[in-house]
Amino acid sequence: MGDMVVVRKEGLYCVPGDFYIDPWRPVARAVITHAHGDHARVGHGHYLAASPGIGVLKSRLGDISVDALAYGEKVVHNGVTVSLHPAGHVLGSAQVRMECGGQVWVASGDYKVEPDKTCDPFEPVRCDTFITESTFGLPIYRWQPEAELMAEINAWWRKNAEEGRCSVVFAYSFGKAQRILAGLDPSIGPIVCHGSVEPLNRAYRAEGVDIPPTVLVTDIEKAALRRALVVAPPSASGSPWMKRFGDYSDSFASGWMLLRGARRRRGVDRGFVLSDHADWPGLMSAIKGTSAERVIVTHGSIPILVRWLCQNGLDASGFETEYGDEEEDEATPPVAPAGDAHA
Amino acid sequence: MREFARLYADLDETTSTTRKLDALQGYFASAAPENAAWAVYFLAGGKPRQAVPTKLLRQFAIEYAGLDEWLFDESYHAVGDFVETIAHILPPPSERSDVGLAVWMEERVGPLRGADPGRIREALFTYWNELDWRERFLLVKLIGGGFRVGVSKLLVTRALAAIAAVDSKLIAQRLMGWTDGLVKPTASGFLQLIAEQSDEEHKLRGGQPYPFFLSHQLNGDPAALGELDDWLVEWKYDGIRAQLVRRDGQNFLWSRGEDLITERFPELAAARLPDGMVLDGEVLIWQPGSDTPSPFADLQKRIGRKTLSSKLLGELPAVLCCYDLLELDGVDLRGLPQHERRALLEVEVAKLGQPQLRLSPLVHADGWEELAALRAGSRARSVEGMMLKSRMAQYGVGRTKDVGTWWKWKIDPYAIDAVLLYAQPGSGRRASLYTDYTFAVWDGEGPERKLVPFAKAYSGLTDAEIAQVDNAIRRTTIEKFGPVRSVKPTMVFEIGFEGIALSPRHKAGIAVRFPRILRRRSDKPVEEADTLDTLKGLLEAATA
Repeated sequence: MGDMVVVRKEGLYCVPGDFYIDPWRPVARAVITHAHGDHARVGHGHYLAASPGIGVLKSRLGDISVDALAYGEKVVHNGVTVSLHPAGHVLGSAQVRMECGGQVWVASGDYKVEPDKTCDPFEPVRCDTFITESTFGLPIYRWQPEAELMAEINAWWRKNAEEGRCSVVFAYSFGKAQRILAGLDPSIGPIVCHGSVEPLNRAYRAEGVDIPPTVLVTDIEKAALRRALVVAPPSASGSPWMKRFGDYSDSFASGWMLLRGARRRRGVDRGFVLSDHADWPGLMSAIKGTSAERVIVTHGSIPILVRWLCQNGLDASGFETEYGDEEEDEATPPVAPAGDAHA
Repeated sequence: MREFARLYADLDETTSTTRKLDALQGYFASAAPENAAWAVYFLAGGKPRQAVPTKLLRQFAIEYAGLDEWLFDESYHAVGDFVETIAHILPPPSERSDVGLAVWMEERVGPLRGADPGRIREALFTYWNELDWRERFLLVKLIGGGFRVGVSKLLVTRALAAIAAVDSKLIAQRLMGWTDGLVKPTASGFLQLIAEQSDEEHKLRGGQPYPFFLSHQLNGDPAALGELDDWLVEWKYDGIRAQLVRRDGQNFLWSRGEDLITERFPELAAARLPDGMVLDGEVLIWQPGSDTPSPFADLQKRIGRKTLSSKLLGELPAVLCCYDLLELDGVDLRGLPQHERRALLEVEVAKLGQPQLRLSPLVHADGWEELAALRAGSRARSVEGMMLKSRMAQYGVGRTKDVGTWWKWKIDPYAIDAVLLYAQPGSGRRASLYTDYTFAVWDGEGPERKLVPFAKAYSGLTDAEIAQVDNAIRRTTIEKFGPVRSVKPTMVFEIGFEGIALSPRHKAGIAVRFPRILRRRSDKPVEEADTLDTLKGLLEAATA
């Protein structure tokens, strides 16, 4: 039997199942791991996604034909048993498990190992072949625990509020924004969200995620802004929308902020290292947790991870995909490193 | 260490001067004096010699992290900073310590210098295991001798002045010599630094220079400066800015970077000066009988040498071209107006009557237009343009304008249109972006025509332009050699530079000084870039 999943020009293709995973060109049947723009695209005939992510998916892609699958629930399609398992990346993100002829393959999509309050935690799924992302596939990437980071963000906000200065966090509006919101201490001051963040907050709240009360900038008195924390997409930086905040302190939340170079290039007061991807130890533990002997690496540091895994006794190779270079309207900062825009 | 690491993080994380000043004041107000003394040393630009060779640091970090060399190298390419790479690849510590900066420097880092590798390995493993990544970053910077932080010395001076409640000029004066490595930072030294003003200030000065007064770049029309009569005009020399200090029966020659360079220039070490005299000027190579100084390349030949043979000293004689008198008979003259200091300088240099102490002549003209015409002849005089010094200017501290102004009015650089041929990622703020470029010009005719590299440059573009060029480089890469990429010749840039000289070490046979990017020439096809003959023409004109 040949490989269960291969790369075609349309995307990752499950051969016996005759469906695609996160395809980048229009296909008849697509299994979607999560609703970020580079994985969930318009134009497919039929979609399958994890139930908690359906709301977000529809809010981004409009009226699509989509089936929802609960985490762990199995469907059989052309003889392939398909199930979705939490990837811990964003709300509704899933790994795709495929079983056929005694072989198990898992395609991870994007994933994060550390649990957070806004989505189901990553679940290790045993398999023979694991298709893993590698956005932060270098040993320099090591995240601090989220609780520590949120304490830093709250401390920074509190200090600014005491000095009568508005705090602005630039973060991608889907996923990272809600994680920050969920970790904020609302006793410090009001929380303001940019218009592009608010619809996603609604989708998260609808799924029962505990997001503290937020307001739009038009719903708050100017004086109150001096104690406020504002969550806005990176594209708002430098726009006229920012003028109303006066002498504000700004920050940017991203995994890339780990490096001083990237932080200084960004030119913000603070860089908060927050990612919804696995760090290096996370990639290693996830791969190990699957017990897979064969690993296929996608988007990020493919050659590096492949070489390291081979050296450590695994059968590793790479898939060239079109993930991670999306240009979401809000996304790519002017001088981001080549790579994932919403990392 | 934790305190200093926090200060470092605060300084590193903000771009606001006010917040940096707050952070510095907060630190100096609370730190123990012995730790603050070392902090001043580092913040003011002190560079201790490397305590552990880079090779060992790398080797032990790789071992500690359980990685392979190739994986370290890949990480380094992404980070763009050797020490930061080490700080990030080490696994989290299992213990925590908080030892003061002074103990670190004196008892922990200092003894590593020259220690045997086994001892160094053991020490590093112990230290790394008790520090978080920010502290490790700082520690390795301190060990590796590469500490830099984004604060100006002026800002450190202001913070200390605020803590001490004395004038910042006095602090600047006391800070002279703090970073030359000859004096160990101590608690008493720090307390003296922030003490009230005393009558002993001058005596305590020893062989220290005065803080250098620096000039501002003049970009607009000089006529906007008012009457030419209000300005003293001199040529702007291209050498090493230096103060020659005579105190306690000894000569001290200090460069602008506050390095003591007396030994490099025996001619000036041997100059006979009366005690209590300080001259400010430019060290230059100047052949006896010549009307003009020799090019900077000649001075470089002297700087580069460890030992100075008498042959070399004979071939390349150094002079101090004097343009200011800061101290006479032990009296600080910096408060006098420029023209009074100038008059005294002329008298004193004439009295000294020594060939290695030349007077920088004044340039006279009947108006700005005539002056501009004279400036156009700068290259033939081997100078970079003119200096305009306000007649009433006192000698200020650093690049300030509060007590009068010095303007540098430089000639336009040479400019050449060249083709981008190779690129490599920058470091620091530019890590992981292709920002360091090699440029080439055409050589030969017809189908034999090829591009020869002649200069490297990595400044002059905006962030937005860098992003575009970076993107184009990734799209047009032909080959990768380690971090370097060769690209298809598609982009033309106007490259500016200050000087040009023959160089057998460069492929093009020519070396240029201070090359930088003036602008991208998107309008120009690659075929129309300049040629090696154009460069040779500039060289001939310069040496004619």
